Amino acid sequence: MSIVYKRPEVFTDEYKKYCGGCGHGIINRLIGEIMEEENLVDKAVLIWPIGCSVYADKYFKTDSICALHGRAPAVGTGVKRSCPEDLVVVYQGDGDMVSEGMAEIMHAGIRGEKFTVVFVNNSIYGMTGGQMAPTTLMDQVTTTTPYGRKDENTGHPVNMAEIISGLNGCYYSERVTVNSPANIRKTKAAIKKAFKYQMEGKGLSFVEVLSPCPTGWKVKPLQALKWIDDVVTKQYPLGVFKDCGQEEK
Amino acid sequence: MGDKVFMQGNEAFAEAAIRSGCKFFFGYPITPSSEIPEYYAKKAPSEGLTFIQAETEVSAFNMVAGVAATGKRGMTATSGPGFSLGCEAMSYMSAAGLPSVIVDCMRPGPADGEILGSQGDYNQLTKGGGHGDYNTIVLAPYSVQEYADFAPLAFDLAEKYRNPVVVASDGTIAKMMENVEFPEKIAPKGRSDWACDGINGRDHYNDITTCGDGPEQWEKYNLNLQSKYTKIRENEQRWEEIQTDDADILIVAFGSLSRVCLTAMRIARENGIKVGIIRPITLWPFPVKAFEKFADKDVKYFVTELNAGQMVNDVKLAVNDNKKVEFYGRLGGITPTPVELYKKLCELYK
Amino acid sequence: MNRVTVDREMCKECEYCLHFCPKGTILKKSTTVNKMGYYPAEAVDMTDCIACGICASVCPEGAITVEKNI
Repeated sequence: MSIVYKRPEVFTDEYKKYCGGCGHGIINRLIGEIMEEENLVDKAVLIWPIGCSVYADKYFKTDSICALHGRAPAVGTGVKRSCPEDLVVVYQGDGDMVSEGMAEIMHAGIRGEKFTVVFVNNSIYGMTGGQMAPTTLMDQVTTTTPYGRKDENTGHPVNMAEIISGLNGCYYSERVTVNSPANIRKTKAAIKKAFKYQMEGKGLSFVEVLSPCPTGWKVKPLQALKWIDDVVTKQYPLGVFKDCGQEEK
Repeated sequence: MGDKVFMQGNEAFAEAAIRSGCKFFFGYPITPSSEIPEYYAKKAPSEGLTFIQAETEVSAFNMVAGVAATGKRGMTATSGPGFSLGCEAMSYMSAAGLPSVIVDCMRPGPADGEILGSQGDYNQLTKGGGHGDYNTIVLAPYSVQEYADFAPLAFDLAEKYRNPVVVASDGTIAKMMENVEFPEKIAPKGRSDWACDGINGRDHYNDITTCGDGPEQWEKYNLNLQSKYTKIRENEQRWEEIQTDDADILIVAFGSLSRVCLTAMRIARENGIKVGIIRPITLWPFPVKAFEKFADKDVKYFVTELNAGQMVNDVKLAVNDNKKVEFYGRLGGITPTPVELYKKLCELYK
Repeated sequence: MNRVTVDREMCKECEYCLHFCPKGTILKKSTTVNKMGYYPAEAVDMTDCIACGICASVCPEGAITVEKNI
């Protein structure tokens, strides 16, 4: 028998504290797989946010730092400047990044920090119980927009991959999703490319992943995957917004 | 010791920090601290330093946390309004055990306030400032030389206890110029076993987190922090005593104001009043031991601060309410004159 | 025959593996709950399995191992 797929060795035995069907689990796994395939486990420093992935430091046998809410890009700046040869992965959710930490991520992009940002966008605050995020879709019902998000009170959703791609310091920005086997493959390719650019010493590499939150969206996991196709990608189109590596070729 | 130079307080501190092997500075401009980032920026190319002007103090403090997490020496410098923003990260670095050095060039608040010498951040620096049960070591220099001397000391203490250390100067000490001697440069140390600088051949992986895993685990974590603070209280109280042996009245003052007290003491002694000075050097841990040997003596205390009365509460605790403790303070950035202090002392103890 | 193994205690019943399996006959939900209270997926019939690995690639828990008989 030959192994086609097994759980990455870089994972600890800790059971993940994500809800059933949560996209974080898939994205965590892809990061683990890529680090193993590319021989990066030894060099990795993973920086985790506050949010549903706050315990992810327990899932990986790598160096991990759990930053304060929104501050992961600032902590990542300190780490990467101190250890420029390391693989520094700044992992953030949408509440963490786009609300609390908007200044930190924008200025990491402005400075062109040479780390990778994996931005998990599920358009809601998961851990605190399903409140509105800046990324929440128009008319989406959350516990703090019980009648749906309305622009006169809260404005419009924020498209981070596009915004970051507009900064000179950004080398690569792509939006992907994990709602099907094909999209999961594309997500893996995007994160792998981002890691490659980082190890080549390029500027900020940014991967936004549209991720299902069945609990926060109050739907079954399979319905959540469909909702990404039907609704979420209409606000957040998939695609590459900047790839200086392609342009150089 | 090496060169002796005439230098401004902030620049002297920056030079001493560079010589202490602090190669990373992250900061945001604010008066009266800005000469420290400026000095780092100027020296960055020739000394191989990393200098980043951060977008906010919030970020600057967290960048320091990032460098500290990799086991290397990093620092920031700010003043009260910026320190308030940094308190979130102070709580974080204390909980995470990240050795870092933060300079607070105190200026009078509340809020934007003024920019001259002040000691109004005493409570913020010594009682936490941020959320949760944590403490940071606080060193208060009274001269440019001591300010510079505190750079290597602060890093050593930070690493010894894996805890942030604050150097609390103020608008006066930061901006004044004096002669200062610097120690020789120290060689950078090797990797730290606990740090997150990538496994890179280490036989274990490291995890730095401040996220609790259930009340029992988090209480235990907190108790470990508390036992560290107990150890620091036992080992690191620092103070200076000046002519205390025959004194009937002990002035308690720290930082820039303690310089004024020296002259006030001289005037008092010339007029037949036996005055001595206790100068706390560590504001936290507060040097309660300094007061113990006067417990059985007939002395009175005169506490003076550049605030509305903050350290005076620690003095009252240290003397167990057994002694008369009077307070005199000035606000807004005004430093009292020696004569003013002497007159106040006479008025209170006539 | 190829082999698909689901770690029963790790599974949180999202059904992604069941849904995306191109054959649709290999995995089924268990009739009994695991320690977390979920009805985990389990491999019931390997006859048609082509060891494509899709079930494992969509699993958020990393609970599935796929082996190919060569």
